[in-house]
Amino acid sequence: MALNTRAPALRRKKMREKLRTVGFLSPWLVGFSVFFGYPLLATIYFSFMHYNQIEQPAFVGLKNWKYVLTQMPLFGPALWNTLWLVVVMVALRVVFGLGIGLLVTKIKSGAGFFRTAFYLPYLAPPVAATVAFVFLLNPGTGPVNEILGAVGIDAPSWFNDPNWAKPSLVLLSLWGIGDLMVIFMAALLDVPREQYEAAELDGAGAWGKFRYVTWPAITPIVMFAVVTGVVQTMQYYTQALVAGKLASGITIGPGTVIQPGYPDHSTLTVPQLVYSLGFQNFNTGAACVLSLVLFVIAMAVTTLLMRKRAGLLPAED
Amino acid sequence: MTTTTLSAPGAPARTGGGDASGPALRARRTRLLHWIAVHTVAVAAALFFVLPFAFVFLTSVMSDGQAMSGELWPTEWHWSNYATVFHTPGFLDWWKNSLMYAGLGTLFTVCSAVPVAYALAKFRFRGRRAAMILVISTMMLPPQVIVIPMYLVWAQQLHLSGSLWPLIIPMAFGDAYSIFLLRQFLLTIPQEYIESAKVDGCGEVRTLLKIVVPMAKPGIAAIALFQFFYCWNDYFGPQIYAAQNPGAWTLSYGLESFKSAHNVDWNLTMAATLLIMVPVILVFFFAQKAFVEGVTLTGVKG
Repeated sequence: MALNTRAPALRRKKMREKLRTVGFLSPWLVGFSVFFGYPLLATIYFSFMHYNQIEQPAFVGLKNWKYVLTQMPLFGPALWNTLWLVVVMVALRVVFGLGIGLLVTKIKSGAGFFRTAFYLPYLAPPVAATVAFVFLLNPGTGPVNEILGAVGIDAPSWFNDPNWAKPSLVLLSLWGIGDLMVIFMAALLDVPREQYEAAELDGAGAWGKFRYVTWPAITPIVMFAVVTGVVQTMQYYTQALVAGKLASGITIGPGTVIQPGYPDHSTLTVPQLVYSLGFQNFNTGAACVLSLVLFVIAMAVTTLLMRKRAGLLPAED
Repeated sequence: MTTTTLSAPGAPARTGGGDASGPALRARRTRLLHWIAVHTVAVAAALFFVLPFAFVFLTSVMSDGQAMSGELWPTEWHWSNYATVFHTPGFLDWWKNSLMYAGLGTLFTVCSAVPVAYALAKFRFRGRRAAMILVISTMMLPPQVIVIPMYLVWAQQLHLSGSLWPLIIPMAFGDAYSIFLLRQFLLTIPQEYIESAKVDGCGEVRTLLKIVVPMAKPGIAAIALFQFFYCWNDYFGPQIYAAQNPGAWTLSYGLESFKSAHNVDWNLTMAATLLIMVPVILVFFFAQKAFVEGVTLTGVKG
């Protein structure tokens, strides 16, 4: 009897709770379906179509896939550059960020000044930072080469040399290390002092303390920095594009069609190639295939990220 | 540079050995050497971070001729370069557009992220974990993956290309990164506050607005700042949607054409570059605490 009267009330409460949840989530539910679900499905659809954005799309089967993966001349360089950046840039950024983070925790005098100085470049808008670096490193009159020349060093051509363009981008990314510095600094300050004292009593030197106390404590943060770094670098677009365009010296507005990747495709990344195919060549099908390749790689990394519990998804969720 | 920074803190500790003087003196000398080593490295690092700003500034006040000469110090200080930049056709429009994009984008993002983050942090429901995984996946995806169909919809169906609206409107429907960050922050609010508000007869909306939002101010400030910076810095978005209409360009997008329009006038380009950096750096100084909190929040484990 009692059960009978309570069951509908309970069900009503459950129903109300469900409605409440849906209500609160609704902005995201709409956004996710309209601005993510739909375009993803449409990308898959267009990857099987010939579509130049004027005529009606026509089904061509796997032709776009075959073209991108086996024939398109720029696919190889773009993939290589993106992977190169993912490996070199992320590794150097993590090591450098950790170094600067350690340094900041050791500074006794003027800590506030140094911290701000190290952090500020991270705030510079990417386009502005890139324009600044293209100027600083320009082989003709750039201050860096003026100084290197004055002390007798044979300076490279940086953004104008295919072998130096990517390292120059890495240098630019190291300048903006502020985000990693703050994360590592917070992690380093969280390591309990007693552990260092205990290690000292056991006769550990500076390296021993780092290896057996600091490193185990900050491994999750290092892991987090690596994985988010990989994800960010796979999207690497603005700096490479702007650096290539400016260094090429072509003095026409940004609406102008120039092939990205100057010099010699050395700064062409996968996202740039997607843009170039879709918005310069109007080869929608090929652009969508490349988007999906990027999607698969990004998903693989994301899955790894959640597996390894790099601090993103709490275990109890 | 990296290796020296890594070894520097430890290296001097060993140089104090082999001294015949008393242990107290030795300890003090070790500390002094340590101090010198750390601060030498710090000054070197500071030069690496600060000198680019200095060179950009010095070039920005040079005369046209000197800016092309490779000299480092301005012979005459041409402050008028900054006025010239401001009088460049379009420059003020770019400012206005940047402010509109960043302002409205931030407002929309915060309003839509708060209820979603709250539900994901505090409601228990089936599919919560799945929803979190979807949020994180969207956050991780390169924007290029979905840009082509999105562009076709905005351009061909809604005829809104040539403006910034295709970038602003979606922000009213929850930005994954902001939702994620804010949710991490909301997890730290004790459940008891929410329970007691309910006991006092508050509905969910009232609880959110009266109890949760005031307590989550630092978290909300952090996502607002991040979103403002994101919009201000965005290059890809304006390139896709506003490229064909210079009247809709933002500062970040227009800067590149600035260099082109002024050919090789590095001085004016550097002045414009600094003018674009300044608002962001000002915002940072006014909101430093919220910002650093936000950056650490990304690394916080739940």
